[in-house]
Amino acid sequence: MDTMFVRGLKRKCFDGEEDIEGTLAGIKAIPSYNLQRQSLLDMSLVKLQLCHMLVEPNLCRSVLIANTVRQIQEEMTQDGTWQMINTQSTGQASLDRLVSTDILCRSSRDQAEGKHVPAYGTFNKDFENDQAQDSSDTMSTASAVQAPRNLQSSVWEMENPQENKGNFQKSLDQIFETLENKSPNSVEDLFSEVDNSYYDLDTMLTGMMSNTKMGHCDSLETFSSSTNTASNSNCKSDLNDLDHIVEILVES
Amino acid sequence: MTLNSLAATTAFGKDEGTRPEFSRQCTGRLLWSYGCRFSSQPGLRHRGPQPKRAAGPARPEPPAAVGDLLSGPPAAVGDLLPGPPAAVGDLLPSPPAQPRQGQRIRARSARRTGQAPTWGSGAQGPSSRRPGGHQPAEERSRGRRRSRGTGRAGPPVAAGGACGDTRVGPRHGHAAAPPEGFGSLMQDVLWCFSQVKGTIDAGVAESDIISTVEFNHTGELLATGDKGGRVVIFQREQESKNQPHRRGEYNVYSTFQSHEPEFDYLKSLEIEEKINKIRWLPQQNAAYFLLSTNDKTVKLWKVSERDKRPEGYNLKDEDGRLRDPSMITVLRVPVLRPMDLMVEATPRRVFANAHTYHINSISVNSDYETYMSADDLRINLWNFEITNQSFNIVDIKPANMEELTEVITAAEFHPHHCNTFVYSSSKGTIRLCDMRTAALCDRHAKFFEEPEDPSNRSFFSEIISSISDVKFSHSGRYIMTRDYLTVKVWDLNMENRPIETYQVHDYLRSKLCSLYENDCIFDKFECVWNGSDSVIMTGSYNNFFRMFDRNTKRDVTLEASRENSKPRAILKPRKVCVGGKRRKDEISVDSLDFSKKILHTAWHPSENIIAVAATNNLYIFQDKVN
Repeated sequence: MDTMFVRGLKRKCFDGEEDIEGTLAGIKAIPSYNLQRQSLLDMSLVKLQLCHMLVEPNLCRSVLIANTVRQIQEEMTQDGTWQMINTQSTGQASLDRLVSTDILCRSSRDQAEGKHVPAYGTFNKDFENDQAQDSSDTMSTASAVQAPRNLQSSVWEMENPQENKGNFQKSLDQIFETLENKSPNSVEDLFSEVDNSYYDLDTMLTGMMSNTKMGHCDSLETFSSSTNTASNSNCKSDLNDLDHIVEILVES
Repeated sequence: MTLNSLAATTAFGKDEGTRPEFSRQCTGRLLWSYGCRFSSQPGLRHRGPQPKRAAGPARPEPPAAVGDLLSGPPAAVGDLLPGPPAAVGDLLPSPPAQPRQGQRIRARSARRTGQAPTWGSGAQGPSSRRPGGHQPAEERSRGRRRSRGTGRAGPPVAAGGACGDTRVGPRHGHAAAPPEGFGSLMQDVLWCFSQVKGTIDAGVAESDIISTVEFNHTGELLATGDKGGRVVIFQREQESKNQPHRRGEYNVYSTFQSHEPEFDYLKSLEIEEKINKIRWLPQQNAAYFLLSTNDKTVKLWKVSERDKRPEGYNLKDEDGRLRDPSMITVLRVPVLRPMDLMVEATPRRVFANAHTYHINSISVNSDYETYMSADDLRINLWNFEITNQSFNIVDIKPANMEELTEVITAAEFHPHHCNTFVYSSSKGTIRLCDMRTAALCDRHAKFFEEPEDPSNRSFFSEIISSISDVKFSHSGRYIMTRDYLTVKVWDLNMENRPIETYQVHDYLRSKLCSLYENDCIFDKFECVWNGSDSVIMTGSYNNFFRMFDRNTKRDVTLEASRENSKPRAILKPRKVCVGGKRRKDEISVDSLDFSKKILHTAWHPSENIIAVAATNNLYIFQDKVN
């Protein structure tokens, strides 16, 4: 518990997390500092999003969590961790383009409606709409995909340091804007069809742990499989047709 | 600079206009009192001859002395305000109070009325939320006539210790001096269980959770507020000569619904009715006054006793129904007849619509004419007489909300200097401001911050450094701050570091990640001084609370639990074991119950009596009387 890392910082995370340790059976007992930091970042982002669900978000708590997130982000930038993840992203180029078009589609649609949706939240909303419509997904699949989705979104955000910093900051800012002027429409739309297991932190961390074993490519494939139903984005219609055809082929 | 000049430089315009427009009640009386209040000098308070006021809407007469608006005789309620209050409905006459169905049974000890059981151990089941309907503002309960002004006055005893401070009591003469040997060493003080209020059922209703505890300036009254918006006031029994070993017990004196849940239509958010803070005003006449606040609204309540009522009206019969004028043949003068003692609580002022964010603190100024309310980003100064306007004295809201990194967490006025106050922040800093320097005290006079210990740095360093409570010592020389793991005492003359630091539960330092996950790291613990500023107390988890003696440097951990609840049972010190070997009476860190947290405690101003709020139960402990 008191091991010192290269940076000279005491490890503060993953202190006796018994529920996590069970799932780490296959992995080495002490998670690396980067992994802890990443999970802390994810946990914090989830907490910030959860704030919107509360009747009255506690401003002090939100500010403290946001400061923690900023601190992690700054440290990761100094580390050069952004660049590290950037090199891994070459294999995901095709799907990245899909994702970025999705963002573009979403943002254009939102611009048409004149709403601001947090960048991080767009992933959630899109995903949750799909989840609601895709009845064939089982709970476990859903949670397993959601969790890597969580990681994926933050990974994607990390791909481009400059852009991501902007996106990241933008998402934080939008979170604050939403806190400041809570408009029921956008926020409730975000969470109207939420899957409860999404907010189970254990599940999220479990999914994240298992995701590291899967590797990025596998999780991306599971992501693509979940987007096979019609959504309100025109850009997905191609995927829908493709998957529909694949289904027919597989069943025959 | 007097508050009169403050009036000219209000920072009202700085707000983004969330406050709706108010039509100023420009009666002559208000303007007169406006000028009079703000130009009065503290210390000039004196009670002039009280004008007799008849029942009914009489024309208000200018009071003879400053502050007399608050000090009218109880019979003259209703005629102090010139017009309708800011919050309609609060001052409307309400039907007689009935105990609500499923209400947590309070008061009415069997000794007094013999009707409902005591609100003590073994009382009725947990109350549900109000079934609906407006809880009447007045709540009546029988009480016993208490003599006024019986402070435990005596020659002030200088408490032992380095600070050598002498207690300076409130100006109006209730010099509550500590009894002999009050500053005694911790080991000489044995804490005994005295009373517990609340139910013992396992299922605790959310609305029964106590959210604030406060003794009044003499210690005669103890007020608690809960999440359901109710305030319960306990009064101390006069010590009986028959049982000298039993010190005065606290029994319910009054219960009333202070705040109701509201809905903010602009933001589509519900405003909780949870009472965040209660602060007493010093007693100036027969009635008691307290401020209670929820997230958005502060209310001034008057708690008074009534033991006479007029009988024999001409136009109304005893039920209040109007009599047929043709049936009246005789004229008679109403006569005051004695009745059963009744304690009434009436809202005298409602200070609303001044805070965009959640109010976390209120503090009565030492001039007893003004008070401040602090929310996350702003602090407002109020005059007790004026409800539709307040002065903004601190505003840390950035122009761009995206740049927000720090919020105000607590604020308090200096106990003697009415121009000085402090406020703490979520970054672990305390700022002391002087209102004489500017109307908007954005620039602090003193800035207290301890440099960070680099060896302890982690991702949670900032969160655990966030100050949850700040309290001036009674002497006014020190401030005490509570952050997540420690309590610190600061000398006002030294800004760069605290003079004392006490570890409350350092064994949690290795558990911060888990505590962050389950949100316990955001718990806001309060801290209190004892009457002589020699001992400080704060709460922890597992229903533990800690006391630190500043002179002997000893500390003790005690537990508020039903197991130790035998009358006058001495509390056994508890210990949390951090190492491998756990001794018999110790409890290991992993066995701590983090849902049982003691956030709110209070210490009697002059005696060794403490009130500890453990979820829905209120424990009262006293030191052992030999």
